[in-house]
Amino acid sequence: MSRPMHETYDVVVIGAGPAGIAAATTAAGNGARTLLLDENAGPGGQVWRAITSTPVKQPSILGEDYWAGRSEVEALRKSGAEIIHGATVWSLDPSLEIAISIGGGSSFVRAGRVIVATGAQERPFPIPGWTLPGVMTAGAAQTLIKNAGLVPDGRLVIAGQGPLLWLLSAQILRLGGKIDRILDTTPRGNRGTALPRALPFLTSPYLVKGLKMMREVRRNTRIVKNVEMIEALGDGQLASVRYSAGGVAETLPADLLLLHHGVVPNVNLAMAAGVRHEWNEVQLCWTPVLDGNGQSSVEGIYVAGDGAGIGGALAALERGRIAAFAALKALGRNVPAGGEASARSALGRAEKGREFLDLLYKPAPQFRIPQGDTIVCRCEEIRASDVLKAVETGATGPNQAKAYLRTGMGPCQGRLCGLTVTELMAKARGTTPAEIGYYRLRAPVKPVSLNELADLPPDTDAIKAVVRE
Amino acid sequence: MTRRDAIIIGGGIHGCSTALHLCLRGLRPVLIEKDYAGRHASGVNAGGVRQLMRDLAEIPLSIRSMGIWEGIDELLHDDCAFDSHGQILVAETAEDLRMCEERVASLNHHGFTHEELIPVQEVRDLLPAVAETCTGGVISRRDGAAQPARTTTAFRRRAEELGAQVIEGARAHNVRREGGLWRVDIAGDSFEAPVLVIAAGAWGGEFAAQMGEPVRMQAVAPMLMITSRVPHFIDPVVILRSRKLSFKQFPNGTVLIGGGHLGTADTASNRTILDWRKLHESARTVFDLFEVMREATIVRAWAGIEGKMVDDLPVLGPSTRHKGLFYQFGFSLHGFQLGPGAGAVMAELIADGRTPTDISGLSMARFHPQT
Repeated sequence: MSRPMHETYDVVVIGAGPAGIAAATTAAGNGARTLLLDENAGPGGQVWRAITSTPVKQPSILGEDYWAGRSEVEALRKSGAEIIHGATVWSLDPSLEIAISIGGGSSFVRAGRVIVATGAQERPFPIPGWTLPGVMTAGAAQTLIKNAGLVPDGRLVIAGQGPLLWLLSAQILRLGGKIDRILDTTPRGNRGTALPRALPFLTSPYLVKGLKMMREVRRNTRIVKNVEMIEALGDGQLASVRYSAGGVAETLPADLLLLHHGVVPNVNLAMAAGVRHEWNEVQLCWTPVLDGNGQSSVEGIYVAGDGAGIGGALAALERGRIAAFAALKALGRNVPAGGEASARSALGRAEKGREFLDLLYKPAPQFRIPQGDTIVCRCEEIRASDVLKAVETGATGPNQAKAYLRTGMGPCQGRLCGLTVTELMAKARGTTPAEIGYYRLRAPVKPVSLNELADLPPDTDAIKAVVRE
Repeated sequence: MTRRDAIIIGGGIHGCSTALHLCLRGLRPVLIEKDYAGRHASGVNAGGVRQLMRDLAEIPLSIRSMGIWEGIDELLHDDCAFDSHGQILVAETAEDLRMCEERVASLNHHGFTHEELIPVQEVRDLLPAVAETCTGGVISRRDGAAQPARTTTAFRRRAEELGAQVIEGARAHNVRREGGLWRVDIAGDSFEAPVLVIAAGAWGGEFAAQMGEPVRMQAVAPMLMITSRVPHFIDPVVILRSRKLSFKQFPNGTVLIGGGHLGTADTASNRTILDWRKLHESARTVFDLFEVMREATIVRAWAGIEGKMVDDLPVLGPSTRHKGLFYQFGFSLHGFQLGPGAGAVMAELIADGRTPTDISGLSMARFHPQT
């Protein structure tokens, strides 16, 4: 078990995806005592997951965007940042004290500046039967590919929309996998709303790659467009997928259903630290309120990367650098001329066309706001109808639903039900998600064992105070 | 200006209970809550329904309240998830046990029999998972626990059904006495009534000070933690004497760990900040007392804002200075069980001018002796 070498750092970066890697590299490279904490076994976050260890070595399979992470990781390793993997940050408070669990033991560090780079998570996709064994998210399947080279076998249905869905499909096919059907849920009307924003996307680095990948997948897989209803069916195990498209229903036998409806910021740590968030009506999620440097409403806490609003890996790198430059300046350090300006112009290029993607892949309401006995909160097995009943008895927002029903109080701490509960309650009360609000999130942002809490090291400040007497 | 029979400031269990009990007497109160009913201590406390180990000054009120708890379903048309598996104070040391013996003897001397000394064997029969080092205990058999948010909501809803007006998200200001009536403004409206009840919890002291009756209290943030589900192993609520702990397993297997370690409260922003060094002490205590809990995971921790009086006793009863003004705040981390009874007592004081329940030790007069 490696604990942090120091009790205090100039900059602590949380998360070693693109934003965190770039932030830590920039901070340490400019002389700040920097600690990078990451939950995974190696650097890369989700997009470059297992980049130093993946058994999938053939570069064309995971693609050039994946392998682009290698040079960033090399730069990080040369930067002098202290890097701890397998480190779960479970508390960050406004005094910038950070509680870290490493190898079953916890310790605290203090930071002059904190850069939260906790990235994104997949949007909840609450359809009937989504809790059945045999139903997974596309991201989970991709984790297995990157970590272990595992490809699904058996009858595979992939449902949803968004760039990751196409990337995953292409990767499965390149690894020799077979996809029985792709159920594309992109709402027909989205093309119309997205089209006026298409111009910047024409020069986006994502356009050519994206079209090529979709062609590659289409050549080998049957794709159903305009899917407006999906149910996972089976008795204790997925047996089939029922869907309808254009009013025509079909039931497909299936062993594995992979769901994906895009990604949303992983807000738990920043929200628990007190960072103010607001509802993003385009991306349909909560995003932190930030200035141009990523500085949040809590003095000293910056948010960079997809946690600041979905922008993709290239934007995340630049946002990480920009936050690090701002942190360095706030700490009174000299920052090389030109670095920040070049990061800002690169960010501009990376963000081109984002709005088009957001509008094109805005998920349909029926896949975000479930009905009847569809489970909303997986941890506590709370159904859509339970939430609606709580609204009838006077619950005005997610925190009352939580108090009445325990939604969001289980081990996932609201990650898998929070957006659904907000939108469901907003609809039921005839108001907006912004008015309804979100769970008040709290540390521990990841569960921590009682053992570990009981064994916390004593407060070093208190010890010093006693020693001085 | 809207006329009501009473204005209640504060929508916690106390304000809602008083509203309901006034309605039961045919009065029409308005309740003004700055956030939403049960937002603070009333909605997020540990839910203990406890007569055990109360200060002598509170015991008559606690016993009165217990009677209401036992009929809560009929009163509110909601059982509030109230169960009564008893509450047990576990003595951890010989010294603890000696204090318990003195305590029970003293209560008996005052005529109270709800607390019983139990030998170590009975403690272990009732709590098979407890550490073998315990030395005995005290039980209050009718005690138990309920769901705080649900209970507070049930009081509010029943009060509304019986004619109370509940206004949420409205801050009461410009509280004044004019023409023999109390007048209170909220944004866009004003109310007047012959009676004003301050049931504003941690914010109660501010109103009392405005009325010329400042009290010594502070806003605190008692912290709680809840674990993931573990197999059922305990029914009664457990508290300790020398260390801070309140411990309860819910029917779904999760375990609530509380006991009064304090985080930081900010009454202006409604925010609380947890203090993990102190939650560490709670974890340490549970680790020592219940081996079965050592592998459990803490999935959530929180704190609610609560008013703690300098003497840990609430202010309950009439103002010493103003006619028609009543106080019901500062319950100092143990007001949940008292809520039903305090509302009943308050309705008696308002409607009859007296109550059969002895609350003399809780009077505002202890801060402001009547001249």
